[in-house]
Amino acid sequence: MLSFIGRSVVQKTITLFFVSIVSFLIIHLAPGSPSQVDPMNPKFTPEMVERFQKEFHLDKPLYIQYIYFYQDLFTGKTVSWKDNQSVLKKIWERFLNSLPLFVVGTLITWTLSFPVGIRSAIFRGGIYDRSATFISYVLISIPGFFFAYVLIIFVVTYFHVPVIGMETFGIGDAPATYLFMDRIWHLVLPSMLGATGGIAVLSRYVRSQMLEVEGQDYIRTARAKGLPAEQVHYKHALRNALLPFVTMFGLILPGLIGGSVIIESIFSWPGMGRMAYEAVLARDYPIILTVNFVSAVLVLAGTFISDLLYLVVDPRIRL
Amino acid sequence: MTHDRPLLCVENLKVYFQSNGARAHAVDGISFEVREKETVCIVGESGCGKTVSALSILGLIPTPPGEIVDGQIIFSGQNLINLDEKAMQKIRGNHISMVFQEPLTSLNPVFTIGDQIGEAVRTHQQIDTEALFQYCVQLLNDVGIPSPKQRINDYPHQLSGGQRQRVMIAMALACDPDLIIADEPTTALDVTVQAQILALLRSIQKKRSMSVLYISHDLGVVSAIADRIYVMYAGIMVEQGNTDQIFRSARHPYTQGLLASLPSPSKRGKRLHSIPGTVPNPAYKPKGCPFHPRCRQKILSCQQEYPGMCDYGEGHLARCPVLFKPKGYPG
Repeated sequence: MLSFIGRSVVQKTITLFFVSIVSFLIIHLAPGSPSQVDPMNPKFTPEMVERFQKEFHLDKPLYIQYIYFYQDLFTGKTVSWKDNQSVLKKIWERFLNSLPLFVVGTLITWTLSFPVGIRSAIFRGGIYDRSATFISYVLISIPGFFFAYVLIIFVVTYFHVPVIGMETFGIGDAPATYLFMDRIWHLVLPSMLGATGGIAVLSRYVRSQMLEVEGQDYIRTARAKGLPAEQVHYKHALRNALLPFVTMFGLILPGLIGGSVIIESIFSWPGMGRMAYEAVLARDYPIILTVNFVSAVLVLAGTFISDLLYLVVDPRIRL
Repeated sequence: MTHDRPLLCVENLKVYFQSNGARAHAVDGISFEVREKETVCIVGESGCGKTVSALSILGLIPTPPGEIVDGQIIFSGQNLINLDEKAMQKIRGNHISMVFQEPLTSLNPVFTIGDQIGEAVRTHQQIDTEALFQYCVQLLNDVGIPSPKQRINDYPHQLSGGQRQRVMIAMALACDPDLIIADEPTTALDVTVQAQILALLRSIQKKRSMSVLYISHDLGVVSAIADRIYVMYAGIMVEQGNTDQIFRSARHPYTQGLLASLPSPSKRGKRLHSIPGTVPNPAYKPKGCPFHPRCRQKILSCQQEYPGMCDYGEGHLARCPVLFKPKGYPG
């Protein structure tokens, strides 16, 4: 057990090292350069460009730049080229904004997908299963941005509920409960939209997984024992059908930092996704690379957690 | 032998499966009975409908595509076919239990064997946890699992194939059923383990005076345990009789073919007999006697008429009018 943890920490550190190299190279290979050193930018004189280049170490060879960057990152000194603010602080602020969106969206997705998928599998071929399948495919097929606008128009027209941004503009001195409810209202639509696609896909997975398990011999054994149908489905079948989702559960962790660029843009939500997107447009290398690095860490941490969870839920796995 | 009252009586059972095209007549009007304390074997090739018959007794046929079209399954005086799901659950595991073919896939991999055995008991009886534990240990001990107190917390993957099948048997015994249906319980096991499992089944049956319906394709196994034998081919019973009658004076050409293909010391070094052809697809069975395309002794009428059961006396019946010569017919 301890040796497994040790081994995977070493392995994941090595992976992380290579991820850092590759992502650094890719960013620098991408066409265009930071706006501050772009010779086409009329705002900066050649002297200023030269100064920026020196300051950002852009005049040094790539491997030196690489060392400078990760040195800064690990000592927490990285600053955004755009406004000279600490990158980690910026990311943390944006992360706190994205967090409620992510948590609520994920909760809705996982709590709705399972009942829908399981019910579809148990009553496969029935009217419920067919309509769930139909609705899933409709939701998968509708582009998110389009669906978002339809919903915004609908909600604003009929419910007069604020939907854009994290809170109503200029609400600053309202009482705390009012502020809280305002936040909740702003959260509803974007998190629901984030969840719809997830529910549609995940409930399909749950259904097929459940169907596969229901066809196994041990389900027949359970029925032959005289167990009531609920116990056959929800104890014997579900317990086995859940195993692959444990892996998926670890892998939703990176979603924390990725956020959803489209939804955050539509709803003017000042979250991580939008920050990363804007940083890409401005070639703000420190922010892009830091976000990249943090999400790589989260992916690796996610796989590590799902490995550990597997150990807990599947007695056949021993390390 | 005092087994006279029929415990289970299946009459004219027909189970059809509807696939995309044709309807598969998996079981096409079979009748058999199992009396108290008796071991009855159903023998036949793969795909002849043995397992389907067994599953339909417990109402475990997946519907759709399967459907019990006709017939009766009378168990202790009640017809199981008309029973609703709730009443059927009371019978399953409690009065009739089943041991399946593949002990590896038939046990749930994520629960301990103690859980799985105990669950069978708790479903049908009120029992407190401590008593249940003792009872499960006792059951594991009865089926010959060494140091049952420790093994009870094992998961199926920690046991060998033979031990898993012993656990399956323990599970089937848990509620002291009147009838155990064993669906090829030794097929997935190697020969030494197979002999052990058979011996176990026999001794348990004696001790608990249960009936056993044993389903197999292995005539060697059958000869060792059966009181009476039904030979099944393409969804029908072609011959039935006690072990002696079947092994000494089989009447049906199919049974004769099966017996001839059985290896024995006297046939050492010689090529074993084989029946030409294969079992017909249950959706496209030949007209007349289903065995006639593979039968060496067929006559013209075999291709036209469905054969009736011919009585050879003392419970020995065969569905082959061609060979119906009651006494002294030379094999």
